[in-house]
Amino acid sequence: MKLSLVDKLFNIFNYSFFAIFTVVCIFPFYYLFINTISNNDLSNRGLITFLPHGIHFSNYFEIVKLPGLGNAAMVSLGRTLIGTLLTVLASAFLGFLFTKDNMWGRKFWYRFVVITMYIQAGIIPWYVTMMNLHLINNFAAYIIPGIVAPFNIILVKTFVESIPASLQESAEIDGAGYFTIFWKVILPLIKPIMATIAIFSAVGQWNQFQDTLFLVTDSKLFTLQFVLYKYLNESTSLAALVKGSMGGAANLNLANMQTPTSIRMTVSMVVVLPILFVYPYFQKFFVKGVMIGAVKG
Amino acid sequence: MRLAVNNNTIVSPVKRKKPGRYKLFFMALPFLILTFLFSYYPLYGWRYAFYDFKPGIPLSETAFVGWQWFQSIISNPIQAAEVMRVMRNTIAMSGIGVLTSWLPLMFAIFLVEIKSNKFKKLVQILTTIPNFISWVLVFSVAFALFSVNGGFVNQMLMNIGIIKTPINFLASDSHTWLSMTAWGLWKGLGWGSIMYLAAIAGIDQELYEAAKVDGAGRFRMMWSITVPSVLPTYFVLLMLTIAGFLNSGMDQYFIFQNQINKEHIEVLDLYVYNIGITGGNFSFATVISMLKSIVSVFLLFIANTISKVLRGESIV
Repeated sequence: MKLSLVDKLFNIFNYSFFAIFTVVCIFPFYYLFINTISNNDLSNRGLITFLPHGIHFSNYFEIVKLPGLGNAAMVSLGRTLIGTLLTVLASAFLGFLFTKDNMWGRKFWYRFVVITMYIQAGIIPWYVTMMNLHLINNFAAYIIPGIVAPFNIILVKTFVESIPASLQESAEIDGAGYFTIFWKVILPLIKPIMATIAIFSAVGQWNQFQDTLFLVTDSKLFTLQFVLYKYLNESTSLAALVKGSMGGAANLNLANMQTPTSIRMTVSMVVVLPILFVYPYFQKFFVKGVMIGAVKG
Repeated sequence: MRLAVNNNTIVSPVKRKKPGRYKLFFMALPFLILTFLFSYYPLYGWRYAFYDFKPGIPLSETAFVGWQWFQSIISNPIQAAEVMRVMRNTIAMSGIGVLTSWLPLMFAIFLVEIKSNKFKKLVQILTTIPNFISWVLVFSVAFALFSVNGGFVNQMLMNIGIIKTPINFLASDSHTWLSMTAWGLWKGLGWGSIMYLAAIAGIDQELYEAAKVDGAGRFRMMWSITVPSVLPTYFVLLMLTIAGFLNSGMDQYFIFQNQINKEHIEVLDLYVYNIGITGGNFSFATVISMLKSIVSVFLLFIANTISKVLRGESIV
């Protein structure tokens, strides 16, 4: 097929647009990365732009020595794992229960849960509630409020309803209780939707920043996101930190001496790497999740 | 037949209540309690709006002030001006959001015109990544690229010779609304197109073939087949955007805010945080978030009604 001139021009425009936008999306991560592995002195002066110079990886080893960073990584990892596990199980279980039409007041309780997606009291009443529940400076504040996630419950309920009822009925005839049916029959069947929920909630937990800002003053409970935010905002204290913890007499080599810039960028890389690594493999789950959500609307 | 009636085990399944009505409820109860605690109990906190509440002092020892805080929005000129400014920012940025809401749709329509599947896939994967990083990280990226000390953009502009001295992009209040929108697009454009791409994938290919037989060109097909097929999806998303008009969130604005751009970046949610948590004026902050919640529910009803009237489907 011969392309007309307009078609050709359109193709050129179209390919260039997407090529440029894709580079704009991905270049910042590349830029951060080459700066973390380049000569710190050059990087600090902004001289690393497209290619790394004086490659070394000491930044990644040095940040381990930053006080509190290892702890923050553990907190972030902990909330991601525990929070995801609990919300996935709770959504699966509750979604399953809400498909049982002989539950007492099922319709009412289902709406009771779902409507909370649209009604928010606002951050001050929420903050006071958290205070009253003793969830200030408490690791549980990262986990418990997120356990019941209405949207995920809708996803599971819709999914379970699409499974032929005969599968559950045959188990019921065999005398299986609800727990057994959930565990033995439903869970294996709803794995795809659970994977989708897990991946979204894991990303959400890893990226969560606001709850630390509101509820936590104890530095032992800071997350990586929050520590990074502090580094970005308090460059002077970061410089002091650099001097205090890294600037010993042994380390006078400018090329790999830590600078506020190198720390900021390296910590950023550490925060973003799990997502960059995990994302391409799990992309189909993300896409599936948004599609199921769309069907439900 | 008589035998069957006498036999107790044979009962009409319609009339028989299955066992476990309450058992099922009690299994759900712990989660219902959590929902109550974290979503309904905070609503009871709206009563702070009617007191002169200070954190640390029990409510019983604080003065009941009735509608005073509500009235002060109008009667106190300083507070009125502040609320107007914050409303202006919220409406401006949400408004720009509505005005740019067709961009993901265009993105999808143009992306399917790319013939190379590999390139298409690559674009799709790479442009959706920014959606999954936090706003803190977006700010870190902004810091690295636009910082006044050796940021990438300043270096480039100076190398080319456009500027002599670096510009402090981040500590500037010019075009704050637009730059916030731009960051939002950088983060969300690729991901926002996913739903439309799926809608396009669901279009019957025969439509295109029939159009081709009728002599329709590429642009004609894009305009007359692809666009109408994705419009319903666009409509639903647009209604949801309108329903969430005041819910701009605060992460992005909190992280990008500084003393210089505060005038234009403070949206409702951020304002509530700044006067409430930072400024300690809990009662007035509660009034603002309470009004915001009520208006939001109202907006949701409007969007839902529009959707019902125009498409016969509700969005919630």
